Amino acid sequence: MKLEMKDSPGQLVSVLTPIRDIGGNILSVIHERDPGAGKDILDIQIMCDIPEGTLEPLISGFRTRGINVLRVGEERFLVRRSVILIGHLIHTDISDTIGRIDSTGYAEVHELSMVMPAINEPSSAKMTIKSDSLKDINRALAILRDVARAKGFLIIEPLEGN
Amino acid sequence: MRIAIIGFGSVGRGVAEVIVAKNLGIRVTAVADSKSGAIDPSGLDIAAVLKNKKETGICGSPDITVSDIISSDAYDVLIEVSPTNAETAEPALGYIRKALTAGKHVVTSNKGPVALRYDELHTLATEHNVQFRYEATVCGAIPLMHTIESGIAGNTISRLYGVFNGTCNYILTRMAEEGLTYQQALLEARELGYAEADPTYDVKGIDAAIKLVILANVVWGIKKTLADVDIVGIDGVTSAAIALAEQEDQTIRLIGEIDPANEILRVSPTILPKSHPLVVRGTLNAVTIETDLAGEITLIGKGAGSSETASAIISDLLFIRDCHGRRD
Repeated sequence: MKLEMKDSPGQLVSVLTPIRDIGGNILSVIHERDPGAGKDILDIQIMCDIPEGTLEPLISGFRTRGINVLRVGEERFLVRRSVILIGHLIHTDISDTIGRIDSTGYAEVHELSMVMPAINEPSSAKMTIKSDSLKDINRALAILRDVARAKGFLIIEPLEGN
Repeated sequence: MRIAIIGFGSVGRGVAEVIVAKNLGIRVTAVADSKSGAIDPSGLDIAAVLKNKKETGICGSPDITVSDIISSDAYDVLIEVSPTNAETAEPALGYIRKALTAGKHVVTSNKGPVALRYDELHTLATEHNVQFRYEATVCGAIPLMHTIESGIAGNTISRLYGVFNGTCNYILTRMAEEGLTYQQALLEARELGYAEADPTYDVKGIDAAIKLVILANVVWGIKKTLADVDIVGIDGVTSAAIALAEQEDQTIRLIGEIDPANEILRVSPTILPKSHPLVVRGTLNAVTIETDLAGEITLIGKGAGSSETASAIISDLLFIRDCHGRRD
């Protein structure tokens, strides 16, 4: 997000405090004087990870400190979900299974670890899917369930908490 | 209070033994097994009946049938503890109908009639102003029905989920802790008497699914049957899969879940953090109730066994006696 604030000593801390207060993590801070703006105005671009649903409180936290929020960039989520697959995963074309998730454009297989005990015995694999949103993770899992049904392998999912 | 016990297997005998051992004010006036029966309106000598059953394999005289007992006036409460028939619920269903219609209370551990005909039996009991109770049908000794009915009365229950089958839980525990294969763990469960010679009913998730059907009907009044439950058993779970879960401090348990708002009614092997309250060991059962006022409540206890099932039946009996008047 891009912020604008008064350029006076110690002011940068007032940007960082609201982020800390909501449990956020700062990834990068770029600050520069905008030649077009008044000489004591500072522009700050900040990138951070914040818990879901805390963007609004963060913005109002800035405002109460006299910091103008000029622009909020794309809000992106990172959600991971690991499932366990059991069955003839290789013989049912594991790369096709992965491709069905990767080709969605909204989710991708991030990690796969597999145990193959013996030829003709079912393999077990842990597959981690990542996406920007919970909704897309659930869409991807629905696809994986359909693939599992069609290819005859078992899918074990984590217990959903409400 | 006078009771008639129908079914004299491990559950029926368990109830009789508790009545002999404790002075609860309960008199057994009739018992029947699949081959014989005994009636004495003034009260049977239960120690002698138990001894007879042990020595001869039958509990009474072959001339006395279950029908004779049910149509008699020798009892106030029918304890129906014959084996579950998940397809037709018979002959237990007929016995229960007859007793309720005759104005007798009924306590059962038999899942068939409750899963298949809860609505009918509940209505029948109400019409005849008697109690129909079934605490022992779900999660053995855990007072789940009493908790829902009395303990958290006034709450709205949004979701129920947990471990409903001790055999599966034992097998998955052993696979996780000892690295046994499914077949090895099943064999061990059989040797210890935790699994039947034909374990299909347990390991395919059918037993857990029947309990979900009972809860769906009783708690939410949703008229669901076994065919409505998405069922996946544990027979396909590999020790490698459990080992993969363990890498992240997780494990696999057979979880039954009812979430009516999201149209979820399913039994399936599920990944849980090892620190989760539902990750119980051995043959234990555990169930979490999600409510609006009380938040989450998790109950853990023994899901099967002779004295454990007797505990649930006795508590139903005493509830009837204390809350619905002595009838003797």
